[in-house]
Amino acid sequence: MQILSDFQLHRPATVEEAVQLRGELGDGAALYAGGTELLLAMKMGVLDYDHLIDVKRIDGLRGIEVREGALRIGAATTHREIETSQIVQEQIPALASLARHVANVRVRAAGTLAGNLAFGEPHADPAALLAALDATVELVGSAGRRSVGIEEFVVGAYETDLGEDELIEAVVVPLPQAQTKATYLKFQVLERPTVGVAAVVRNGDAPVVVVGAVDDRPIRVDATGDVEDYVNAAQDAVDPVDDLSGSAEYKRHLTGVMVRRALEELAR
Amino acid sequence: MTTDTTTRIGGVINGREHTFEVDNSLLLLDLLRDLGLTGAKPSCEMEVCGACTVQLDGLPVSSCSTLAIEFDGRTLETIEGLGVSEESLHPVQQAFLKHSAFQCGFCTPGMVMTAKALLEANAAPSREDVVHWLEGSICRCTGYEPIVDAVLDAAEAMARG
Repeated sequence: MQILSDFQLHRPATVEEAVQLRGELGDGAALYAGGTELLLAMKMGVLDYDHLIDVKRIDGLRGIEVREGALRIGAATTHREIETSQIVQEQIPALASLARHVANVRVRAAGTLAGNLAFGEPHADPAALLAALDATVELVGSAGRRSVGIEEFVVGAYETDLGEDELIEAVVVPLPQAQTKATYLKFQVLERPTVGVAAVVRNGDAPVVVVGAVDDRPIRVDATGDVEDYVNAAQDAVDPVDDLSGSAEYKRHLTGVMVRRALEELAR
Repeated sequence: MTTDTTTRIGGVINGREHTFEVDNSLLLLDLLRDLGLTGAKPSCEMEVCGACTVQLDGLPVSSCSTLAIEFDGRTLETIEGLGVSEESLHPVQQAFLKHSAFQCGFCTPGMVMTAKALLEANAAPSREDVVHWLEGSICRCTGYEPIVDAVLDAAEAMARG
């Protein structure tokens, strides 16, 4: 068996306690919720921490509610809770569908949406759709609270805007208007998406298209014309690399295919 | 007692209360195997294959990538908690037998616990629901069809009571 090295476990009861621990322990500590990314990296020896701060027991970090015209998803909410949430299914079905297809049922039962964003693994589903929906993350730290757009929050591969003493309190997704259509399509052969494409059309406006899982961070496609314009712009915008999911050329081709399918779906 | 790197935990495993003093870094799978509960298998060790699946508060988890401390205050079920004689088999186990839904048996404990978790969450799944739920549970023998047939059959058997 792979052996983890020893660590101290902290179970703060409040957000304030967690922030204080973050400040005291610095980069010797990691935030821990589902552990679906963190524990694998620790088992492989890629990451090593003397302290884990378990945020699952913090009041108010769990649950999904509608507040001030937005869906507010507590940071410790799991993918499965999002998948099966009646509120999410009714208000943003594309997000419920995305959650239903994250990894596998065991990962969905343990892994959290905020943890997925905070880990910053590029080959992941949520960031692209959240970016296209203009979602934000609410962060709390010793300097107070701030709200950051998803595209600002995800800086690069395994790199986010999360400050050293901050944690995510919630992911906030503005409720789409009744006429808004959204979708997230992905192509996947291994455990993680090869290409993921989110598309959102608001009340007849030009579609917003964001490509995920190809680059280190979500790529917003700069186009306003017809489907061909989006396909070409997306293929120009991405900068794929060869890896186990396919060659760069293949992934660029696939990006165009998925953008076309997403826009055709929204046009139906 | 609890030290800097250990934690006292307690919960129910297969219907019986247990308390342990565990290293924080101990994996749930190792805790179970040390208890002689060896149905859950270490295999991929990265949450991909499903061979180590057990139910924690009803939901399937990868015990190879779950800390033992997560068991604290919760209810755990493993394959050893199901039927041990042909007469006492769980409907999922009976359906696996009927449909020859295993050959070598390595994945079977995880597969059965995963299927049981599905039927507890959704008593009348469609074929698509079963296939979707079993994604991430790898079997190299059967080609999956007998497993899906068995789970659907078990759902019907459980509905009949």
